[in-house]
Parts: sequence; C-alpha cells; structure tokens
Amino acid sequence: MSIFSFFVRRGTAPVARERLQILLAHERVATSGEGGDVVALLREEILAVIAKHFPIERDRVQVKLDRGSTVSTLEIGVEMPVDAKLGPRARVA
Amino acid sequence: MARVVVVTSGKGGVGKTTTTAAIGAALAQTGGAGGKGGERVVVVDFDVGLRNLDLIMGAERRVVFDLINVIQGDAKLHQALIRDKRIENLALLPASQTRDKDALTAEGVAQVIAELREKFDWIICDSPAGIERGAALAMHHADTAIIVTNPEVSSVRDSDRIIGLLDSKTERAAKGERVEKHLLLTRYDPVRAARGDMLKTEDVLEILSIPLLGIIPESQEVLRASNLGAPVTLNAPDSAPARAYADAVRRLRGETLDMVVPTERRGFVDRLFGRRVA
Repeated sequence: MSIFSFFVRRGTAPVARERLQILLAHERVATSGEGGDVVALLREEILAVIAKHFPIERDRVQVKLDRGSTVSTLEIGVEMPVDAKLGPRARVA
Repeated sequence: MARVVVVTSGKGGVGKTTTTAAIGAALAQTGGAGGKGGERVVVVDFDVGLRNLDLIMGAERRVVFDLINVIQGDAKLHQALIRDKRIENLALLPASQTRDKDALTAEGVAQVIAELREKFDWIICDSPAGIERGAALAMHHADTAIIVTNPEVSSVRDSDRIIGLLDSKTERAAKGERVEKHLLLTRYDPVRAARGDMLKTEDVLEILSIPLLGIIPESQEVLRASNLGAPVTLNAPDSAPARAYADAVRRLRGETLDMVVPTERRGFVDRLFGRRVA
C-alpha cells in the first residue's frame, strides 16, 4: 500500500455493506417460499429442455451465475457431442 | 401479563448466552415498584446437549434436573428451577447436557412455557445457534425477539435469516400476529467502525431494518464476568457493556433513550499506566 492509498483508504466496511445488500436481496426471495429462487429454477428448466433432445452429462454442463444488485446473469454451457442424435429443433437450444 | 423473550442470532458465538444472563439479571434488579426490582424473571437454556447458561450464571454445580426432565415428567418444574443466589427474583431453567435435542418436543415446550407464564413476569429463552429444532422451539412462543448481531457479514446474513423465520414460523406468525423484534449489536468497536473497517450501526440497521435495542461495546469485562460465573450487569455494573445492557433493558420495557455507545470509565491507575493488553 502506497502512502497515497493510505490517505484515500475508505476501509473495508463499505464493501461488506454492499455485498450483504446484494446477497440478502436474493436470499430473501429464495427463502420466502413465494416464487422461490427464479434463477435456480430457470437453470433446472433449461437443462431439462436440452435433455429432451439429447442426453447431457451433468458434470459436463457449465453453469455460471452472477447475482448482481439489479441484474443477474445465468450462463449455461453444454457440450454437444458431434455424434449426438439431434432432433430437428435442437439447433434452437 | 408475562412476556416471553427469545434471544437468538442464527450464528454461534455472537453473545446470545452473555446477553441472556445480562438482560435477565438487569430485568430482575430493576423495574418493579420504584425501580428496585421485584419482577420475577426466569432465564431458560434451550441449547440441549451444549448447555452453557448455567456456567455463565454461575449455577453449574447446582443443576439437578433440567428442561428435558420436566418435559418428560421426571421432575416437576419447581424442582428444576434454580434460584439465583445473588438476586432472589431471578431463576434459571437449565438445558440437558446428556440428552439429544430430539428430546425437546413441541408439546413439551408449550406445556413448560405455559407453566412459566403463570410463575414469572419475564421468560428469557436462550436459543441455540442454527435454525434447527432447538432454535425453532426456542422462538416458537416468543412475544418479543432480541436478535444478537455482530457487525460482521456472516452474523448479519444469519440474523436476516432468523428474522425471516420469526415472521413465518412462530406461534404469533401462525395467528397472523407479529413477534416484536429488536436488534442488539454486540462486540461493537466504535474506533474500528469510524475507521471504516467495521460495519457501522447504521449499515446494519439499514440492511436488517428492525429497531435497535442497544449497542454493546467490545469489552474485556464480558470475559471477566464469564470467568467468575456472574452476569456482566451484576459483576461490573459500571462497566461499558453493563451500562449498555442496562439501557437495552429500559428500552425493552418501552422507555425511549438516546442511543449512545458507553465507553469504559478509566480509573486513575489505568490512566497512568494505560490498558494492559494481556
């Protein structure tokens, strides 16, 4: 830490406060029993839809989730084997 | 009209038992006619298998029967209650150390609480950590909840979870009523908060949005009192945490007081040589 950064130091508490606000906004919805965790539900439903068209191995699916204060992003990466028997609509997924 | 208060937190080690003992003793010593005490207070340990309230209250060698014995009909309530040796209108109902928490039944707890309501003005329930059976039963009959929170992320998160349970899983919630909730911020260090390295009171209040009952400063007096087996309000009544607990008790009784963080009154010798670290 340089002398300059010592003087402008904000402390770590504001970071703690922001992390808590974002986390709790999500957890309150998830544990209230109303609607549940929408993002987790989406993840399961999307995977179920993909699984309808070709077999997916759970450990080869990459799910990335970033819960933000206003926007959450859900990224699902599925490896589709070349020899997988794809139905005509599989390209959409 | 008896009042059932649960002291809860979700997270362990934040000061539930210290708070139960301190608030129980302060309630018994104050209030009543002319503020000289007289209201009957009982502190109840719900931490079956890991009881500690007996030790903090200095009654560990006098435990004969416990909450589980009463629930299972092996002992009468009056046999299990331990009267405090220092404050005559204060009693302790210890938890069982040998049984497991499954011995705690909803019906049994309801029965014991109903009986305690007839004998006491204040019933202070010391909840175990976690959100399992013991914690759920400790809060179930509460009229009021004291949520003990440290200014630290994991404690605040767990308190938020507990607040959710108080609003949905208690007897009052089932009747469409609300449990009166109060935040008690413990182990607070105003110097670190001012430096920006500890969540400030306002931060915690904004996140949890429940009214503040008090701020208990971090203090060596808490450990001293537990070493001796005396509630801090009794062992060092002039210390900063004891004064903070005394204020919290007045607010619990409905008084409105300015919110200040008491500081240690340092004696002449202390000022001369400074604080010893160890």
